Amino acid sequence: MIAAAALAILVAMSLAIVRALLGPTIYDRILAINLFGTKTVMLITLIAAMAGRADYLDIALVYAMINFIGMIAVLKFFEYGSLGHAGSDGQED
Amino acid sequence: MMLAHLIDIFLLVFLAVISVALLRIKDLLTAVMIFGIYSLTSASLFMVLAAADVAFTEAAVGAGISIILMLATLAITGREEKIVERKFKLLPLIIVSITGATLLYGIRDLPPFGVASNPAQVHVAPRYIEQSAVETDIPNIVTSVLASYRGFDTLGEVVVIFTAGIGVALLIGRRRRLLTAKEASRHE
Repeated sequence: MIAAAALAILVAMSLAIVRALLGPTIYDRILAINLFGTKTVMLITLIAAMAGRADYLDIALVYAMINFIGMIAVLKFFEYGSLGHAGSDGQED
Repeated sequence: MMLAHLIDIFLLVFLAVISVALLRIKDLLTAVMIFGIYSLTSASLFMVLAAADVAFTEAAVGAGISIILMLATLAITGREEKIVERKFKLLPLIIVSITGATLLYGIRDLPPFGVASNPAQVHVAPRYIEQSAVETDIPNIVTSVLASYRGFDTLGEVVVIFTAGIGVALLIGRRRRLLTAKEASRHE
């Protein structure tokens, strides 16, 4: 059961890598990398189940958050061409 | 055990494929994003090795902050790699081959993975496990090693990180201050 799940996740990860490397547009790559991050979270959850260690699940949670932050940074860069500039009227944007 | 090997093989192949691809990518924004995949893959490998804290750091630094720092750099410098003339160089190839061969030769002398009689397990670790609660009064063994037994080492690391933080603050903070100064003069 776990073996089938692991195999499915690993195959999905390889497909995401293929899309990230080939991806003609930047959106393909962004989606692929987001997918890869999600699959990493699932793989860690699976490793936690295999090792029987529930504390690994916390790490899976942290990964989900890091994935989100990185994705926000990439999207912001892509939208504005920078990660935010010094506020025009002294306010942060 | 079979399953763990399968995951290992997949993840190591991922790392090799991503590394080769990273060398060939010219668009730096793509390279930064694929660095993120590389980092997540190696963090997964650390998880397979049951090194949760290392995986934690790898994910936070490799996939988190370094991507953001590199994007901030790209925002200043531009997205395209400078075109360099490609020609075959013999000396770097020889150096890399010799280094690789030396490393492969060195692997033979490594102790077997995860065996209880390895030097790493019998040197100071038993003392930490048995005596750290008595000697340092810290319930967590890892914390006692970091904060007490290797206190000077940790102090050195903190100094290095603090210095790096000052450097980054100087580099990034300066641009903002210049901008605000310019705006202040405009408002006058």
